Amino acid sequence: MNVIETSELGKRYGKSWALRDCTLTVPAGHLAALVGPNGAGKSTLMNMTAGLTAATAGIATVLGGHPAGSPAALNGVAFVAQDAPVYRNLSAGDMLHLTRNLNQRFDTPFARARLADLGIPLNKKAGKLSGGQQSQLALTLALARRPRLLILDEPLAALDPLARQDFLAAVMTAMADDGVSVLLSSHQVAELERVADFLIVLSRARLQMAGEVDDLLAGHRLLTGPTAEADEYADRLTVVQTRRGDAQTHLLVRTSETAGPVPPGWESHQVSLEEVVMAYLRSPGVGEPAPLTRVQRPQPTEATR
Amino acid sequence: MNVLTLPAQPGQDTAPRPVPWRRMAWVTWRQQRATLIAVPTVLAAVAVFLVVFGLKAHHDYAALLNCPLDQGQQSNACAKLFSTFNSTDWPLANTVGILVQLAPVLIGAFAGAPLLARALENGTYRFAWTQGLMRERQAIAKLALLGVTLVVLAWAFGELFSWFFQPFLWTEQISRLTEGAFASSGIVFPAFTLVAFAIGAFLGMLLRRVIPALAATLGVYLAVRLGAWALRGQYPVTVVTSNANQFSAFGTPSQPGFAWILSTWYTGPGGKPANQSAVGQLLEQYQSNPHPTVSVGQTLAEHGYTEWNRWIPPSHYWPMQFIEAGWLLVLAVALMAGTVWLVRHRAA
Repeated sequence: MNVIETSELGKRYGKSWALRDCTLTVPAGHLAALVGPNGAGKSTLMNMTAGLTAATAGIATVLGGHPAGSPAALNGVAFVAQDAPVYRNLSAGDMLHLTRNLNQRFDTPFARARLADLGIPLNKKAGKLSGGQQSQLALTLALARRPRLLILDEPLAALDPLARQDFLAAVMTAMADDGVSVLLSSHQVAELERVADFLIVLSRARLQMAGEVDDLLAGHRLLTGPTAEADEYADRLTVVQTRRGDAQTHLLVRTSETAGPVPPGWESHQVSLEEVVMAYLRSPGVGEPAPLTRVQRPQPTEATR
Repeated sequence: MNVLTLPAQPGQDTAPRPVPWRRMAWVTWRQQRATLIAVPTVLAAVAVFLVVFGLKAHHDYAALLNCPLDQGQQSNACAKLFSTFNSTDWPLANTVGILVQLAPVLIGAFAGAPLLARALENGTYRFAWTQGLMRERQAIAKLALLGVTLVVLAWAFGELFSWFFQPFLWTEQISRLTEGAFASSGIVFPAFTLVAFAIGAFLGMLLRRVIPALAATLGVYLAVRLGAWALRGQYPVTVVTSNANQFSAFGTPSQPGFAWILSTWYTGPGGKPANQSAVGQLLEQYQSNPHPTVSVGQTLAEHGYTEWNRWIPPSHYWPMQFIEAGWLLVLAVALMAGTVWLVRHRAA
């Protein structure tokens, strides 16, 4: 099953497109990281997937074909918006009761136990909790709905390093325990390298690249060689990014087209996730015509596993 | 991974569930607690005042009941009672009556404008609208629950005010059919409250800011109120008669029944339009006589004139109430439907 499928999805505010022609498939079971600079369209994509915002163009479906925002989609998708909005004047306990009343399915014992574990008192006003506690409260309420897809918009931005680790650990636990799929946005790529196994890169309202992290890493190499030979060599490759020095040039390339060994004088290195992401963000447009083929294929293994 | 392999349940998309009223009642109560406490508290405080002052007014009024309304026939004792009543009770009652005219828009605007605008303003709509219960259902439930609550409160308050104001209808010869008394009594008072609430909710959703929505609500409500005032004389409850004596039926002190005279004109012999200046002269002559022996109608008839009136008999109070409350209700429901439409289609 694909937890998210979009087809030529677009959102226009006034005259400018916040997101355009976004065709994307995210299979179930992943922690998918949505990265891109501020204003790239991350929140727009998430809001449309969560059913909060209506699309201007195209369609978005979740959980195996349910239109985003439909009753079935709302039931199965939990969304924690940017800055984890809570009712500041409601107590944590009231927030819990409120969420229970707004959902058919809500695991109250789980939510209570988790808040107790976190040391969040039920009678304390949500507005008086620390930023980390507010995020954890929002995550607890989302998880207690027992969603099949959890969407987290910049959940780490407002947290200190310790709270970030705790938050990510909680998300990973939920994935392991309940098999919930996660879409998480961030502009901090390095932080997600350890946890994300699926990557979506947005830049300037366009989808730059989407695919499993392992495929991305295996699919790209960093070639280093003499600048004098760089142009000639680069013509034969799909170069994502070129960094040219006086003597040496670094080419970040797709490996599907470098089947053969590298020419003498050139070295081939593995790339880090951050290098790949940065390369695509620095040269928008490269990834656009050919997102990794792996994402386009149906994935029978996920459904039958 | 078991969870992921569950097939999507068919039919869930197409079969919307009914609104869970009990759950939404708790949600509405918890989210609108400030409104739901403040409005009844303020109304209760005013109600206490109305009861205390009303008892005094009714007490003073009871002493007047044996006196004739016509000043020319009043004894000195009666004249004194009337003068005291008019100089102490009436000014206060008049002020209260004017303030009560503002009650529907104050209640409605302060309950309605923040209803959706607050969440849009502080971002909590992103929480509420991504829960399992669809956002238009949440909006419907809140509008219905708060709307009914406000209508009941306003109705009770309007009844109390009508009781409070009843002595003054008699002593000040106010028709229940005219603006202030009509709009703050019966079912029209709660209807105006509901309209103000619906205007507030709609503009809150349209403008997405509480304060601008509040201000706009006051303006739009004023327009509706003026519209109602202009329309009221056009309701199909008016009658046209040539018998001026009909107005002498004032009802009883406990059931004052002054008619609302919309317009008056005269015809000469044979039903032709009368010379207005001639009629005016005649009426002036009549009024300069301090102790007339015949009525105005008789005087006019002697000279071949007939007085015509377009007016509304006091017995038409309820049909008028139903007509006005009816179109106000239609307006309120239309505004609420528009609000829900905006929640569904123009959000975020």
